[in-house]
Amino acid sequence: MTEINHHLTDELIMGYSAGTLPEAVNLIVATHVSMCDSCRAAVESYDAVGGAVIEQTEKVEVSDACLQGALDLIRNTAWAAPQVAPRAADPVIPAPLLDYVGGSLDDVKWRPVGMGVKQAILATSDEATARLLYIPAGVAVPDHSHEGMELTLVLQGAFQDEDGRFARGDIEIADSDLHHTPIADVSEDCICLAVTDAPLKFKGLLPRLAQPFLKI
Amino acid sequence: MFGHSYPVALDEREAVAVEARPQMRDVIGVSERTTKVGSETPDSAATWVNLMLRIRDQKDETAFVEMFGHFAPRVKAFLMRSGSDAATAEECVQEVMATVWHKAHLFDPSRASVATWVFTIARNKKIDALRKQRRPEPEELTWGPAAEPDQADVIGLQQESEQLGEAIASLPAKQRELIEKAYFGDLSHSEIAEQTGLPLGTIKSRIRLALERLRHAMDQK
Repeated sequence: MTEINHHLTDELIMGYSAGTLPEAVNLIVATHVSMCDSCRAAVESYDAVGGAVIEQTEKVEVSDACLQGALDLIRNTAWAAPQVAPRAADPVIPAPLLDYVGGSLDDVKWRPVGMGVKQAILATSDEATARLLYIPAGVAVPDHSHEGMELTLVLQGAFQDEDGRFARGDIEIADSDLHHTPIADVSEDCICLAVTDAPLKFKGLLPRLAQPFLKI
Repeated sequence: MFGHSYPVALDEREAVAVEARPQMRDVIGVSERTTKVGSETPDSAATWVNLMLRIRDQKDETAFVEMFGHFAPRVKAFLMRSGSDAATAEECVQEVMATVWHKAHLFDPSRASVATWVFTIARNKKIDALRKQRRPEPEELTWGPAAEPDQADVIGLQQESEQLGEAIASLPAKQRELIEKAYFGDLSHSEIAEQTGLPLGTIKSRIRLALERLRHAMDQK
């Protein structure tokens, strides 16, 4: 495990544990946690709060048919959730993210966004947007604006901005106030998972109509 | 209500359970009381761990029925408070409890109480069935039989979970409600995480240690 210096907030950890975050935010939390045992321990601690809550909640009577149905399911070995064949571990992309990129880094469908920077939007529910960003070594991502929160998790290489230096496993949590110009380290191309919790806004009618088709 | 008797062919299974008991009894100091089906048992974390081990190792349906009696009404309440109607909730309860059975081999008592484990399965079911979304899960830290957790770690974590439960139960009603709302509903987590002062320090370090041991065991493979 690499040393990780930038972690999740308690707010995100609790939301992930409670299961109330948008899918794209769950994705970036699960990806960070795959690389960070300290946040994994924090998530599991909040799960323990969920356990205590469920233990203390008022009960609602369950029918005998419900128990019978459960007994039918446990005797039905075919019912058990289909075991997904374990994918070969990827040195860059942790398991939860692999499912969203189609199997490996080579399967990512990059689209150029200028200056050699590429992105790939991942399919999640539309309450928030997840994208992979590819920033060539030494390149600065143009100042970009976004509404709401932006989370950026480094998967390869490193970048530097007004908030510090972020390397593999580090997550930057920026609100809409932060104008940042991340610059990738010169040593290596930088790959990040970025999540914005508000859908991107586009000016003009045509892009708005095209948005659902292009998934931009 | 839990505590009512389930007429579903339990007698024959009682015999199986009694036969199986000697190996599993006293795993973490639980008495033979655990084999009494359908009767009230103290809600101790150790009781549920032993039932989980009986499910995992012996496919013990009697243990399952006892688990169902305790957790199904709570899972149903959780789902209904999260916005499900009663019929959907019962359907989900069946699947949650059956998942507990089929995934018993993944339960790690040095990292979670049974209530916590059931909660995570119920939460995932809620996201899947009620919110119709996928739930990205962290990369699995699997362990083989060789890496069975140390009993002291299991006892420690289970006690820690009970203490956390007691700490939450003794919070002022207003704070406790905030926590419940966070886990049942969609209340903003920022205030909650800051205001409730959840005593998570010790359980977090305990889980952290369990993870370190797991990493260590994986590195040696």
